[in-house]
Amino acid sequence: MASPHKTLVEGRHVKAQRPWPRVIVTSKNWNYASQELAEGRLILLGLWGDADAVHMALLNEEPFDIAVVTFEITDGTFPSVAAFHPPAIRLERTIRDLFGLEPVGLTDQRPWLDHGRWGLGHPLGSPTPARSGLEPYPFLPSEGGGFHQIPVGPVHAGIIEPGHFRFTANGETVVRLEQRLGYAHKGVESLMLGKDVNRVARLAGRISGDSTVAYATAFAHAVEAALTVKVPPRATWLRALMAELERLANHFGDFGAICNDASFSIMHAQCGMLRERILRAAAASFGHRLMMDCIVPGGVVADLSPDGAVQVRNLLTEIRDLFPKLVDLYDNTASLQDRTVTTGILTAALARQFGAGGYVGRASGRSFDARRAIAYPPYDKLKFDIPVLEEGDVNARVWIRIREIEQSLAMVEQILDQLPAGPIRVDIDPSSTAGTREGLGLVEGFRGDVLVWVRLDGAGAIARCHLRDPSWFQWPLLEAVIEGNIVADFPLCNKSFNCSYSGHDL
Amino acid sequence: MRKILFEGLLRHRFTERPAPVGAAPLAELAANVDRVARRRLGRSLSIRQVDAGSCNGCELEIHALNNVFYDLERFGLRFVASPRHADVLLVTGPVTKNMREALEQTYNATPNPKWVIAVGDCAVDGGLFADSYAVSGGVSATVPVDLHIRGCPPSPVQLLEGLLALLQSEETKNRA
Repeated sequence: MASPHKTLVEGRHVKAQRPWPRVIVTSKNWNYASQELAEGRLILLGLWGDADAVHMALLNEEPFDIAVVTFEITDGTFPSVAAFHPPAIRLERTIRDLFGLEPVGLTDQRPWLDHGRWGLGHPLGSPTPARSGLEPYPFLPSEGGGFHQIPVGPVHAGIIEPGHFRFTANGETVVRLEQRLGYAHKGVESLMLGKDVNRVARLAGRISGDSTVAYATAFAHAVEAALTVKVPPRATWLRALMAELERLANHFGDFGAICNDASFSIMHAQCGMLRERILRAAAASFGHRLMMDCIVPGGVVADLSPDGAVQVRNLLTEIRDLFPKLVDLYDNTASLQDRTVTTGILTAALARQFGAGGYVGRASGRSFDARRAIAYPPYDKLKFDIPVLEEGDVNARVWIRIREIEQSLAMVEQILDQLPAGPIRVDIDPSSTAGTREGLGLVEGFRGDVLVWVRLDGAGAIARCHLRDPSWFQWPLLEAVIEGNIVADFPLCNKSFNCSYSGHDL
Repeated sequence: MRKILFEGLLRHRFTERPAPVGAAPLAELAANVDRVARRRLGRSLSIRQVDAGSCNGCELEIHALNNVFYDLERFGLRFVASPRHADVLLVTGPVTKNMREALEQTYNATPNPKWVIAVGDCAVDGGLFADSYAVSGGVSATVPVDLHIRGCPPSPVQLLEGLLALLQSEETKNRA
């Protein structure tokens, strides 16, 4: 495509949004955008409700461009995007649950996050009394003979977040998996309304504990864009250091846990050791093992301590000594390969249709990485490759993590070598006589791209904030990849996706 | 693989000595843990972890208890897959309204005697999420709690301290 997409530019531009435009469109152009999504010419980055509108964030991959299109609601309804483009189904069910806005054309009439237990309906729209009684949730049917169902959760057997999986199996083979999520719904977006930026930053850092750096950075990017704040260079480099440490810690955790789900516990023990080293280096560097509340709009709170820098350097040495042996071990253990190779294959077409980010997308041929596409500082100055594989199986998702660990190690080293001096934070003043301002942030977490959209009112309080976890577009794909696999391989498939429950449920 | 295993035998151990148990968790426990029950269980406790709506931060640190540095099982503490096998429920998160019934059912499925440890600041009173329409509050608003371990998230050392307090509380009670 030569020029930015037609729907990305046609319509009424909203001046207040940065750094990408927001355009208010007619139902005709809204539907046009939906069709372009269905045709695969655009990627859906997010779809969320507002007081009297729905917004849809769109990505044009080549040439890279992002825009938000808005449909203004007049009669409580909006044309369904999901009617054209299935990745939007759960997002629209959520908009209906939270705002009471009806997506016209959406065939799935079941609620999603609302389990009928909140004591009210449409908490972010005009609240209504709760739905009467607790209706049973109708799972989708499977037709044929000899099936049995296996219900799992919301309380799982391990130390895992809550969610329900309904398997329909024929003997050992999974015929259908259907997820029911929403158990971890904490009403975060409603808690953010009217609060000041610093308080909301703390909430944003607790959307998904394993991605606290990614969320805090995405929120900071959104607020800084809205306020046109320029962050000191040292702060952006420290954010990247935290982000790569977070990625390393999570990838090591996953690498070990995937192998552990194939009962290969030696890898779990070795990776668990390295993960602990990373968290300790993070604590020594920034004062918190997961680096919670270290990133705020305007910069970072904690500077890298001299002791921390030494610990991170030692960490690099230790990982570089041990990690290649672990990779060899993974690659040369036939019993382990037997479990991961050709298990849980995600096709490239599905990965692209859902705009799957992170290792899920990159193991199935989709190379999108916000660090490269947007090249927010300091990634414009760092040298790194984005590993991409085509196989789409559990093994490929393991290998993407292995390659990303190598890339992150290289980036951490570059950051330590090139870390600029200077201040780490600028004061921000969110209040303004100019009225509302809006910002969008898109940041590469370990799991994929995290999107945060924020609107500040004239007093500087949060008028609306939406946070979209990469898991929204990965959970449905897990349902697809398990089909035809045996039940015993589900933990492997699930761990290789490692979707967030809390990040999805909000 | 043989080489890695062999290296593991020759290298120094990663496992660390636990910190001495602080006074605060002991005081809370002394009031809660029944002496007879302690005698019956000896020094072995089976733990069932329940995420009642946390952000997953606490789970990450609970996971870390099993790594080689903390090695929880050397204290006779281990995680089990079913509440029916458990002595202790380790509950995290503000209890969301969508998880409340599941937590109650898990509690009821755990045989007596049993203890509940609420982990993390959110589990105390709902934390940052306390005012939400979707949150019913801390763990004690749903099931009785014997011990709170604070922190956001509590570090593995803090978790270990709380869990060891559960094992040592009887001693303290006798001295008191």
